[in-house]
Amino acid sequence: MTDSPGLHFKTFLLIVMIVVFAPLGNVLLGKGMKTVGPATHWAAADLWNVFVRICSSGYIWLGVASLMTFFVAYMLVLTWADYSYVQPASSFSYAMVALLGYLLLGEAITPLRCLGIGMICLGVLIVGHTPPRTTAVKV
Amino acid sequence: MREFLLLCVIVVAGTGGELCVTRAMKQIGEVTDFRPSALVRFILKALVVGWMWIGIAMMTVAFFALLAALSFENVSFVVPVTALSYAAGAVGAVLFLRERISVQRWIGVLIVCAGVTIVLLSKH
Repeated sequence: MTDSPGLHFKTFLLIVMIVVFAPLGNVLLGKGMKTVGPATHWAAADLWNVFVRICSSGYIWLGVASLMTFFVAYMLVLTWADYSYVQPASSFSYAMVALLGYLLLGEAITPLRCLGIGMICLGVLIVGHTPPRTTAVKV
Repeated sequence: MREFLLLCVIVVAGTGGELCVTRAMKQIGEVTDFRPSALVRFILKALVVGWMWIGIAMMTVAFFALLAALSFENVSFVVPVTALSYAAGAVGAVLFLRERISVQRWIGVLIVCAGVTIVLLSKH
Protein backbone atom coordinates (compact mmCIF):
# COMPACT_ATOMS: atom_id res chain seq x y z
CA MET A 1 0.00 0.00 0.00
CA THR A 2 1.27 3.47 -0.82
CA ASP A 3 1.50 6.36 1.66
CA SER A 4 -2.14 7.38 0.88
CA PRO A 5 -4.75 9.44 2.82
CA GLY A 6 -6.54 6.14 3.49
CA LEU A 7 -3.45 4.75 5.17
CA HIS A 8 -3.13 7.88 7.31
CA PHE A 9 -6.84 7.71 8.33
CA LYS A 10 -6.58 4.01 9.22
CA THR A 11 -3.45 4.72 11.26
CA PHE A 12 -5.11 7.70 13.03
CA LEU A 13 -8.21 5.68 13.93
CA LEU A 14 -6.24 2.84 15.49
CA ILE A 15 -3.93 5.23 17.36
CA VAL A 16 -7.04 6.89 18.87
CA MET A 17 -8.15 3.44 20.09
CA ILE A 18 -4.67 2.87 21.54
CA VAL A 19 -4.74 6.26 23.30
CA VAL A 20 -8.15 5.60 24.90
CA PHE A 21 -8.00 1.92 25.85
CA ALA A 22 -4.42 1.69 27.17
CA PRO A 23 -4.81 4.45 29.84
CA LEU A 24 -8.30 3.27 30.74
CA GLY A 25 -6.91 -0.22 31.28
CA ASN A 26 -4.07 1.08 33.44
CA VAL A 27 -6.41 3.21 35.56
CA LEU A 28 -8.75 0.26 36.09
CA LEU A 29 -5.78 -1.94 37.04
CA GLY A 30 -4.61 0.77 39.44
CA LYS A 31 -8.02 0.95 41.08
CA GLY A 32 -8.16 -2.84 41.30
CA MET A 33 -4.68 -3.18 42.77
CA LYS A 34 -5.38 -0.50 45.38
CA THR A 35 -8.25 -2.67 46.63
CA VAL A 36 -6.18 -5.89 46.42
CA GLY A 37 -3.21 -4.31 48.24
CA PRO A 38 0.53 -5.04 47.95
CA ALA A 39 2.26 -8.32 48.73
CA THR A 40 3.72 -7.80 52.20
CA HIS A 41 6.28 -10.61 52.51
CA TRP A 42 6.81 -11.75 48.88
CA ALA A 43 6.73 -15.37 50.07
CA ALA A 44 5.05 -17.99 47.85
CA ALA A 45 1.92 -18.24 50.03
CA ASP A 46 1.58 -14.46 50.21
CA LEU A 47 2.02 -14.09 46.42
CA TRP A 48 -0.56 -16.84 45.81
CA ASN A 49 -3.00 -15.07 48.12
CA VAL A 50 -2.49 -11.79 46.19
CA PHE A 51 -2.88 -13.66 42.87
CA VAL A 52 -6.23 -15.11 43.97
CA ARG A 53 -7.44 -11.66 45.06
CA ILE A 54 -6.31 -10.22 41.70
CA CYS A 55 -8.28 -12.90 39.81
CA SER A 56 -11.44 -12.13 41.80
CA SER A 57 -11.32 -8.36 41.25
CA GLY A 58 -13.84 -6.97 38.76
CA TYR A 59 -11.73 -3.84 38.13
CA ILE A 60 -8.75 -6.01 37.17
CA TRP A 61 -10.83 -7.96 34.60
CA LEU A 62 -12.25 -4.73 33.16
CA GLY A 63 -8.70 -3.39 32.95
CA VAL A 64 -7.50 -6.55 31.22
CA ALA A 65 -10.40 -6.32 28.71
CA SER A 66 -9.51 -2.70 27.99
CA LEU A 67 -5.82 -3.56 27.55
CA MET A 68 -6.71 -6.46 25.24
CA THR A 69 -8.70 -4.05 23.05
CA PHE A 70 -5.65 -1.78 23.02
CA PHE A 71 -3.38 -4.72 22.17
CA VAL A 72 -5.46 -5.82 19.15
CA ALA A 73 -5.48 -2.23 17.82
CA TYR A 74 -1.73 -2.07 18.44
CA MET A 75 -1.07 -5.35 16.60
CA LEU A 76 -3.16 -4.23 13.63
CA VAL A 77 -1.45 -0.86 13.24
CA LEU A 78 2.00 -2.46 13.49
CA THR A 79 1.33 -4.55 10.39
CA TRP A 80 1.85 -1.43 8.25
CA ALA A 81 3.31 1.35 10.39
CA ASP A 82 6.79 1.51 11.94
CA TYR A 83 7.18 0.68 15.62
CA SER A 84 9.24 3.86 16.05
CA TYR A 85 6.24 5.83 14.68
CA VAL A 86 3.46 4.06 16.60
CA GLN A 87 5.16 4.08 19.98
CA PRO A 88 5.73 7.87 20.21
CA ALA A 89 2.40 8.65 18.53
CA SER A 90 0.60 6.67 21.19
CA SER A 91 2.18 8.80 23.91
CA PHE A 92 -0.98 10.95 24.04
CA SER A 93 -2.03 8.19 26.39
CA TYR A 94 0.06 9.94 29.09
CA ALA A 95 -2.28 12.92 28.94
CA MET A 96 -5.21 10.53 29.06
CA VAL A 97 -3.85 8.54 32.01
CA ALA A 98 -3.32 11.76 33.98
CA LEU A 99 -6.84 12.93 33.14
CA LEU A 100 -8.40 9.59 34.06
CA GLY A 101 -6.23 9.35 37.17
CA TYR A 102 -7.54 12.75 38.25
CA LEU A 103 -11.19 12.06 37.37
CA LEU A 104 -11.54 8.44 38.47
CA LEU A 105 -8.88 8.00 41.15
CA GLY A 106 -8.63 11.55 42.54
CA GLU A 107 -4.86 11.78 41.91
CA ALA A 108 -3.29 15.29 42.12
CA ILE A 109 -2.16 16.84 38.80
CA THR A 110 0.32 19.67 39.48
CA PRO A 111 1.22 22.50 37.02
CA LEU A 112 4.65 20.89 36.51
CA ARG A 113 2.94 17.69 35.48
CA CYS A 114 0.73 19.64 33.05
CA LEU A 115 3.92 21.16 31.54
CA GLY A 116 5.35 17.70 31.08
CA ILE A 117 2.18 16.49 29.42
CA GLY A 118 2.27 19.53 27.09
CA MET A 119 5.81 18.62 26.05
CA ILE A 120 4.71 15.07 25.38
CA CYS A 121 1.95 16.35 23.09
CA LEU A 122 4.45 18.61 21.26
CA GLY A 123 6.74 15.65 20.70
CA VAL A 124 3.80 13.63 19.41
CA LEU A 125 2.87 16.39 16.92
CA ILE A 126 6.43 16.40 15.56
CA VAL A 127 6.44 12.62 15.24
CA GLY A 128 3.00 12.76 13.56
CA HIS A 129 4.45 14.79 10.69
CA THR A 130 6.79 11.98 9.67
CA PRO A 131 5.63 9.22 7.28
CA PRO A 132 4.22 6.10 9.02
CA ARG A 133 6.53 3.73 7.12
CA THR A 134 10.21 4.14 6.34
CA THR A 135 11.16 0.55 5.60
CA ALA A 136 10.82 -1.23 2.25
CA VAL A 137 7.61 -3.19 1.59
CA LYS A 138 8.01 -6.95 0.93
CA VAL A 139 6.38 -7.99 -2.38
CA MET B 1 14.89 -0.89 45.74
CA ARG B 2 11.80 -3.02 45.17
CA GLU B 3 10.16 -0.13 43.32
CA PHE B 4 13.28 0.43 41.15
CA LEU B 5 13.52 -3.27 40.23
CA LEU B 6 9.84 -3.46 39.31
CA LEU B 7 10.08 -0.37 37.11
CA CYS B 8 13.20 -1.80 35.37
CA VAL B 9 11.35 -5.06 34.66
CA ILE B 10 8.35 -3.13 33.29
CA VAL B 11 10.57 -1.10 30.92
CA VAL B 12 12.95 -3.86 29.76
CA ALA B 13 10.45 -6.72 29.45
CA GLY B 14 7.74 -4.44 28.05
CA THR B 15 9.96 -2.93 25.34
CA GLY B 16 11.52 -6.29 24.47
CA GLY B 17 8.06 -7.82 24.20
CA GLU B 18 6.79 -5.06 21.92
CA LEU B 19 9.81 -5.39 19.64
CA CYS B 20 9.25 -9.15 19.35
CA VAL B 21 5.53 -8.67 18.62
CA THR B 22 6.39 -6.05 15.98
CA ARG B 23 8.80 -8.45 14.31
CA ALA B 24 6.07 -11.09 14.25
CA MET B 25 3.56 -8.63 12.76
CA LYS B 26 5.99 -7.62 10.04
CA GLN B 27 6.38 -11.31 9.11
CA ILE B 28 2.61 -11.62 8.70
CA GLY B 29 2.23 -8.51 6.58
CA GLU B 30 -0.22 -5.61 6.33
CA VAL B 31 -3.89 -6.16 7.24
CA THR B 32 -6.23 -4.92 4.50
CA ASP B 33 -9.38 -6.95 5.31
CA PHE B 34 -11.15 -5.98 8.57
CA ARG B 35 -14.08 -8.43 8.43
CA PRO B 36 -14.39 -10.59 11.61
CA SER B 37 -13.50 -13.83 9.78
CA ALA B 38 -10.41 -12.20 8.30
CA LEU B 39 -9.39 -10.86 11.73
CA VAL B 40 -9.76 -14.35 13.24
CA ARG B 41 -7.53 -15.74 10.46
CA PHE B 42 -5.07 -12.93 11.18
CA ILE B 43 -4.93 -13.80 14.90
CA LEU B 44 -4.48 -17.52 14.13
CA LYS B 45 -1.64 -16.66 11.75
CA ALA B 46 -0.04 -14.49 14.42
CA LEU B 47 -0.19 -17.33 16.97
CA VAL B 48 2.07 -19.61 14.89
CA VAL B 49 4.90 -17.08 14.69
CA GLY B 50 7.63 -17.81 17.27
CA TRP B 51 8.46 -14.15 17.87
CA MET B 52 4.84 -13.58 18.90
CA TRP B 53 5.12 -16.09 21.77
CA ILE B 54 8.45 -14.69 22.96
CA GLY B 55 6.86 -11.23 22.86
CA ILE B 56 3.76 -12.39 24.75
CA ALA B 57 5.93 -14.05 27.44
CA MET B 58 7.96 -10.87 27.97
CA MET B 59 4.84 -8.70 28.02
CA THR B 60 3.25 -11.04 30.60
CA VAL B 61 6.25 -10.55 32.90
CA ALA B 62 5.97 -6.78 32.38
CA PHE B 63 2.22 -6.94 33.12
CA PHE B 64 2.64 -8.63 36.51
CA ALA B 65 5.45 -6.23 37.41
CA LEU B 66 3.06 -3.38 36.52
CA LEU B 67 0.36 -4.87 38.76
CA ALA B 68 2.85 -5.14 41.63
CA ALA B 69 3.95 -1.51 41.16
CA LEU B 70 0.34 -0.28 40.96
CA SER B 71 -0.45 -1.93 44.27
CA PHE B 72 1.61 0.70 46.13
CA GLU B 73 2.15 3.60 43.67
CA ASN B 74 -0.15 6.01 41.79
CA VAL B 75 -1.02 5.30 38.15
CA SER B 76 0.07 8.83 37.21
CA PHE B 77 3.55 8.03 38.56
CA VAL B 78 4.06 4.47 37.34
CA VAL B 79 2.81 4.95 33.77
CA PRO B 80 5.01 7.99 32.93
CA VAL B 81 8.07 6.19 34.29
CA THR B 82 7.46 3.37 31.83
CA ALA B 83 8.09 5.94 29.06
CA LEU B 84 11.78 5.26 29.59
CA SER B 85 11.00 2.58 27.04
CA TYR B 86 10.85 5.30 24.36
CA ALA B 87 14.62 5.57 24.23
CA ALA B 88 15.03 1.79 24.44
CA GLY B 89 12.31 1.33 21.81
CA ALA B 90 13.86 3.72 19.30
CA VAL B 91 17.29 2.12 19.64
CA GLY B 92 15.74 -1.35 19.47
CA ALA B 93 13.76 -0.40 16.35
CA VAL B 94 17.00 0.56 14.59
CA LEU B 95 19.04 -2.44 15.77
CA PHE B 96 16.42 -5.18 15.90
CA LEU B 97 13.84 -4.17 13.26
CA ARG B 98 16.19 -2.31 10.86
CA GLU B 99 13.86 0.71 10.80
CA ARG B 100 15.26 4.02 9.60
CA ILE B 101 14.46 6.86 11.98
CA SER B 102 14.63 10.42 10.60
CA VAL B 103 16.16 13.32 12.51
CA GLN B 104 12.67 14.85 12.86
CA ARG B 105 11.32 11.67 14.43
CA TRP B 106 14.31 11.47 16.79
CA ILE B 107 13.63 15.06 17.88
CA GLY B 108 9.98 14.16 18.53
CA VAL B 109 10.96 11.10 20.56
CA LEU B 110 13.43 13.18 22.61
CA ILE B 111 10.83 15.89 23.36
CA VAL B 112 8.34 13.21 24.40
CA CYS B 113 10.95 11.73 26.73
CA ALA B 114 11.77 15.16 28.20
CA GLY B 115 8.06 15.78 28.84
CA VAL B 116 7.68 12.42 30.50
CA THR B 117 10.71 13.13 32.67
CA ILE B 118 9.12 16.40 33.86
CA VAL B 119 5.94 14.49 34.69
CA LEU B 120 8.09 12.08 36.67
CA LEU B 121 9.85 14.90 38.53
CA SER B 122 6.51 16.47 39.41
CA LYS B 123 6.05 13.73 41.99
CA HIS B 124 8.68 15.35 44.26
